[in-house]
Amino acid sequence: MTRTSESLAPASPRQNLKMPMASAGLALALPAALVLIFLYAVPLAHLFARSFEGESGMSLAAYERILGDSYGRLLIWNSLGLGLVTTGLTLIIGYPAAFGLAFSKGALRSLFLASLFLPLAASVIVKAFAWSILLRSHGVVNETLMFLHLTNAPIRMIFTQVSLISGSANIFLPFMILPIYAVVAQIDPVLAEAAATLGASPVQAFLRVVVPLTLPGVVAGVALVFSLSVSAYVVPTLLMGENYPTLATAIAKAFLLTRDPALGSAAGAILVFIGLFVVVSSHRLGERSSGG
Amino acid sequence: MKSASIRFLMQAVMAGAALFLIAPLIVIAAVSLSPSPVFDLPTGGASLRWYGAVASLDSFWPALTLSLEIALLSTTISLVVGTFAGIAIARRAMPGAQILAASLTSPLMMPGLVLGIALLQYFRALGVTQTWPELLLAPVVVTLPFVARTMIAGLSRFDFALLDAARTLGCDFSSSIYRVMVPALAPAYLTAALFSFLASMDNYPVSIFLTDARSKTLPIKMLQYIEESPDPSIAALSTLILIATLASSYRRPRDRPAPSRRTGGVKKQWVW
Repeated sequence: MTRTSESLAPASPRQNLKMPMASAGLALALPAALVLIFLYAVPLAHLFARSFEGESGMSLAAYERILGDSYGRLLIWNSLGLGLVTTGLTLIIGYPAAFGLAFSKGALRSLFLASLFLPLAASVIVKAFAWSILLRSHGVVNETLMFLHLTNAPIRMIFTQVSLISGSANIFLPFMILPIYAVVAQIDPVLAEAAATLGASPVQAFLRVVVPLTLPGVVAGVALVFSLSVSAYVVPTLLMGENYPTLATAIAKAFLLTRDPALGSAAGAILVFIGLFVVVSSHRLGERSSGG
Repeated sequence: MKSASIRFLMQAVMAGAALFLIAPLIVIAAVSLSPSPVFDLPTGGASLRWYGAVASLDSFWPALTLSLEIALLSTTISLVVGTFAGIAIARRAMPGAQILAASLTSPLMMPGLVLGIALLQYFRALGVTQTWPELLLAPVVVTLPFVARTMIAGLSRFDFALLDAARTLGCDFSSSIYRVMVPALAPAYLTAALFSFLASMDNYPVSIFLTDARSKTLPIKMLQYIEESPDPSIAALSTLILIATLASSYRRPRDRPAPSRRTGGVKKQWVW
């Protein structure tokens, strides 16, 4: 249904129009291509070039200062840790939640969707601050735990990894649920019934028919949440402060405080490598999961 | 029976996730009603004094205006540029359409902070020193992926033969666009514009490097305020923004016939 015009007229007048079509297409794509080249590709290439700048000409000094130093490796490790744990946690919550959203109808569905979209309207800064209030020694979470007798004394959560991970999951969860939901909503429920007719148990039907169909959404969600959380700046700054230095906080410090652009550029280039790895591998995985 | 309970379980997970996501927003709304000058949950009574204080947050108004201007302009630029590219990609009207589509969405996965420092050094190298154009151009890169993604999806579901049909029925080219394509794509435009606007408004990591002492955007001002003197006025401001977002996403259903004035309006529903 989506491509009626193309399937009805496979090779007729379109063929003659190929040349003007191609040039019209290029003209339409030109502004976007210019934006991408001059505000994205060239600045990033420039950043790469700056990261190799040393006292005298080309140098790997800035990279050595990060990769050859235990503090520098801690920065990378902390960034990757934040990204991986946030991605894992949001996937565990988000995957069933996306199905729960797809199964809901009417007012309940609107309510769920609102809970996913509305937080985007509040600044990350204010949300992170509000989250730290919830986790305070006499905050709502601790009071609830004590009321339920799960703990006798308040647990220190603020400025710990508990607050960092829960806050990060809180902020990035919509970016996991929405791409998975977009795919789940398109799955024809008849497929699971067909699998059942062909003798599959509900578990088999789910694992062998439904799960593979959701993979493009999972790849998109994982790539998005990982790349957002691995480079998050506001979240670790407000929820852990100096106790959890990451590449992102090191970049900000290098540019805003210590005026060390070579070091900041090198840390930035490492984050770009991580980002490029995510873009390329998610593209590959996305192609494979939607093609196979 | 069994599949019904699995469904219920997944809905319960979603309900839990919804509660988890809304919790900080409830805290923000509650703090905004606090009578005490500390950014904390209210104890003993509620007060609206911080909503009054919002109006007198002198330093916030220039920041809010600046952020709104930038968000409106960069969203408009992204919508135009992204729609054009979306048409070229959805119609496969050019070589390398898939590569363009992939690169258009890739800034989403690039760290904002890195884009910020890359643009800072790039603008300095070019000799650009004015803050305003820098602050305007930077969010275009951030908002374009949202627009491109939504518009490619919307346009690939749009049947371009409808334009030919409209012209057969007597529309000229521009009115066929205006009367057929624009209404059909209105939901995609709305989603793209909303995402792009919000992404630009809350863009801290890119713009932190491009601001100077005189022009600070709203998120930068907010972080500064929270670190220096967190009082509930910032919660009041956020609550007002949340209410405005809720109000703007509450509208009449689009695909039902327009209500006649005599029978009254149709029931309103959420856009999502």
